[in-house]
Amino acid sequence: MKIGVVVFPGSNCDHDALYAAEKVLGQEAVAIWHDSTDLRGAEAIILPGGFSYGDYLRTGAIARFSPVMTALQRFARDGNPVLGICNGFQILCESGLLPGALLRNAGLRFACRQVHLRVETTDTIATNACQPGQVLRIPIAHGEGNYFADAGTLERLRREQRVVFRYCDEAGEITPASNPNGSVDNIAGICNEGRNVVGLMPHPERAVEAGLGSADGLPVLRSLLNAPVLSAATRLHTPAQGV
Amino acid sequence: MIFEKTRDMNITPEVIRDHGLTPDEFQKIRKLLGRDPSLTELGIFSVMWSEHCSYKSSRVLLKNLPTEGPYVLQGPGENAGIIDVGEGWACAFKIESHNHPSYVEPFQGATTGVGGILRDVFTMGARPIAIMDSLRFGPLSPFEAGARNTPPETLARNHSIVSGVVAGVAHYGNCFGVPNLGGETVFDPCYSGNPLVNAFALGVARQDQLFFGRASGIGNPVIYVGAKTGRDGIHGATMASEEFSEASEAKRPNVQVGDPFLEKLLLEACLEAMQTGAIVGIQDMGAAGLTSSSCEMGGRAGTGIEMDLDRVPQRESGMTAYEMMLSESQERMLLVAEKGREDEVFAVFRKWGLDAVTVGVVTSDGLLRIKHHGEVVAEIPNTALTDEAPRYHRPQREPARTLAMNPPPGWDSISPEKAFLRMAASPNLASKHWVYEQYDTMVRSNTLEGPGADAGVVRIKGTKRALAMALDGNGRYCRLSPKEGARLAIAEAARNVACTGALPVAATNCLNFGNPEKPEVMWQLAQAIDGLREACAALETPITGGNVSLYNETLGQGIDPTPIVGVVGILTAAEDEEEPRPMSANFRSVGHRVVLLSAASELSPEEALQRLGATEFAATIVGETWGLPPALDLERERSLQTCVRNAIAAGVLESAHDVSDGGLAFCLLESALGRPVERDGSSAGSIGARVNLRGDGSPLLTLFDESASRVVVSCTPEKLSQLQALARPLGVQVMDLGETCSDRLEVSINQKPVLALALTEVQQVWQNALQEALQAEAVAV
Repeated sequence: MKIGVVVFPGSNCDHDALYAAEKVLGQEAVAIWHDSTDLRGAEAIILPGGFSYGDYLRTGAIARFSPVMTALQRFARDGNPVLGICNGFQILCESGLLPGALLRNAGLRFACRQVHLRVETTDTIATNACQPGQVLRIPIAHGEGNYFADAGTLERLRREQRVVFRYCDEAGEITPASNPNGSVDNIAGICNEGRNVVGLMPHPERAVEAGLGSADGLPVLRSLLNAPVLSAATRLHTPAQGV
Repeated sequence: MIFEKTRDMNITPEVIRDHGLTPDEFQKIRKLLGRDPSLTELGIFSVMWSEHCSYKSSRVLLKNLPTEGPYVLQGPGENAGIIDVGEGWACAFKIESHNHPSYVEPFQGATTGVGGILRDVFTMGARPIAIMDSLRFGPLSPFEAGARNTPPETLARNHSIVSGVVAGVAHYGNCFGVPNLGGETVFDPCYSGNPLVNAFALGVARQDQLFFGRASGIGNPVIYVGAKTGRDGIHGATMASEEFSEASEAKRPNVQVGDPFLEKLLLEACLEAMQTGAIVGIQDMGAAGLTSSSCEMGGRAGTGIEMDLDRVPQRESGMTAYEMMLSESQERMLLVAEKGREDEVFAVFRKWGLDAVTVGVVTSDGLLRIKHHGEVVAEIPNTALTDEAPRYHRPQREPARTLAMNPPPGWDSISPEKAFLRMAASPNLASKHWVYEQYDTMVRSNTLEGPGADAGVVRIKGTKRALAMALDGNGRYCRLSPKEGARLAIAEAARNVACTGALPVAATNCLNFGNPEKPEVMWQLAQAIDGLREACAALETPITGGNVSLYNETLGQGIDPTPIVGVVGILTAAEDEEEPRPMSANFRSVGHRVVLLSAASELSPEEALQRLGATEFAATIVGETWGLPPALDLERERSLQTCVRNAIAAGVLESAHDVSDGGLAFCLLESALGRPVERDGSSAGSIGARVNLRGDGSPLLTLFDESASRVVVSCTPEKLSQLQALARPLGVQVMDLGETCSDRLEVSINQKPVLALALTEVQQVWQNALQEALQAEAVAV
């Protein structure tokens, strides 16, 4: 699979995502500059972590206006796999591809450490290679990862089983102590209605080798490879693919 | 402020004094120019001849440091030192202080400290892959060592400095996208008015893609890139070269403002522009901004530079030549490109949305010539600003000793367990996770060991190599003996690196001292440099660069002499492995042997008590400092480090952690709890130890003595004899202390129990102490 990693000015986990896709998953990986109007023929897209446009104003608020986002919107609405990690999740929320918003951490400080996540549904492009209820140990690194959505949205997310990951303890229990940032309902990641767009705050691309402290991010990234590859005709909706 | 009055001002003795220049220095300027300087020229001389830029008090001493070795590709004098890592890779690294700005404005002072050191590294063509920081603050509560009489307003100010500095370091590094691998956070009353913020950065490059700060090639264009120039930071270097007084609050506008997003763009643009092959030389605009970058690049290449300030991108209107030349606006670089290839460089910077403008040209006359509004406003030989800067052999005098040699009566009246728990709750020994969890420690997915370990370790992707690094320093040791303290700093940093299995190969230093015009301070500086010289030579870790920060005094109160050193080592993968695996500091499994490897000197009972006076125990529990720093024999230290590295390479060890602050007791505790544990209620399943120590005299001495050249390791019982065989020829003692066990720390001395604790109990205290101290209201007793 050809995996595209969008690079905004200020993205800083782009190299990590490209490395994971190429060297660890053994796939073809391409960087896509933010002012590109096409997605370079990618079959799956990762929006990486970082501080796009310095995250001045509000996280992800400026990145959503990048030229590449027009192509990405169509790519996502066509049902292609899109994974937003950390800043990528924030951008997906800002651009309306996912509901809700990421507020400042409850502790008001940046937090970087290993956390545990429970896989709440395996019916998404980021969890189809996971076990239901599987507990993953994956690091977080964010200052604004406190997921918030209004009651109606939350109710709908739950009803449609669109909460993909929840913060939990080592045993998989959802507890207040295991919530690192104050996210409502311990939500760490969600998906869209089509289940092809997933955003999460933790960094699976940093947990791909035992030497890095955990390899639990692998099933998340491998899930992308199982995503239904749409026909070239569908993908060709995005202009100027270069295929 | 000086720069507001510069437009039409005569150079009077007051003006000269306000620029921090002595009458003699002014006469030297006149002689070098052969005329009176213009006001702009006076400003340029004042920053380049400031202590911060010229090292005028320390240079004569620094030349004694060893700077060469088999791994050194570039020693002091460039933006950063460079070592040969192997496999065609080079590593650039350096440590630098940002103390004065961090006191005036903690958040911005710290951010720009990190920003500056990162630029020093990537200007060499090296992509930064790790930062660390060494921080010193005043006490947070009156219950800390020596803090009983600290006024509440000082404690409150210390709180805000700690929060601001940590948030600033975090903000810059996190946004820039470089992992912070830890460092040190130390509290002592002498740092109340003088916090120390020493930032270290390390980057890697292919050896054939290194860049230097040299303005070569007559006729080549001089190009300005990055942020626009504003009025911020004018005379920052001069501020960092004087003591603080009550008027220092007014210096807030002298502190620069950092923009890590812009720096990230600058990094990517610079590295990409370097790939074009059109760049001849490059240097960041740090202290003294346009002035230092231009005259230093010209000075190194033996060329001149002519610049037209009208072309400099400006953030504010109506700036004078004086203001532009002295501005310390951040995130700017000056580069020299090959004539005719400017457009290749411009295209890259345009892609990243950054200014890139030709502002001048390399000339053959060796002069720094500055034009503004069509007039020449400064014309100074480059070497007058660099090589000809004053150098002083300032008088030195050993201060009269005021501290006792022996412990006060009743020093041993506390029970070991009570002392241990109180020390575990002291901010100096408690877990620093409150600090380092605010830092992104993993971005770039190279971090093999992060904060909490003996040394940080990052791999170099695509190679069989990793780099280990550690920062160390101990002001209290240096208070008792600056020379011994400096030797101990190098020894500990190198030992930390060796504990990961890496070979320490080079060092960088940041010398934080008081006012060098005081003979006692000058003596301390000379002694410390002498100590560094000895230790770096003995341990074969030459100094490749660094920085000197003097005048760390507020209202006449100076800091303890505080040399901070960073040691870098190379870790190579075993033959049958693809990647290097650093040794961990933490016990790995129950049922392993816990072993003390020691090359510590044998001390008489009397000397042992004197050497206890410099420890955390003495400061925290006894509330006094006496005697001498821990003893250190550099040859024995070297044998110990060789022994540890050999044992790791032979696959004998399961963990290795050096004995330092808090002594053997805290080495054992950290081996059990040091790793950042999940605090989500999960049972971490800690692995503790059940050990018996041998000791003469008070159990407090055995537990908390900080004698150097000791490492606690663990190994499987089967490997113990192999370890002994490795250690014997090196003269390293192998003491089998006991075994690892689950969830408890039990220590006896000569078979008599002295500590028996559940790890969860200590963990609560140790893990939360710093956060609680920061959250507590600062109230005096």
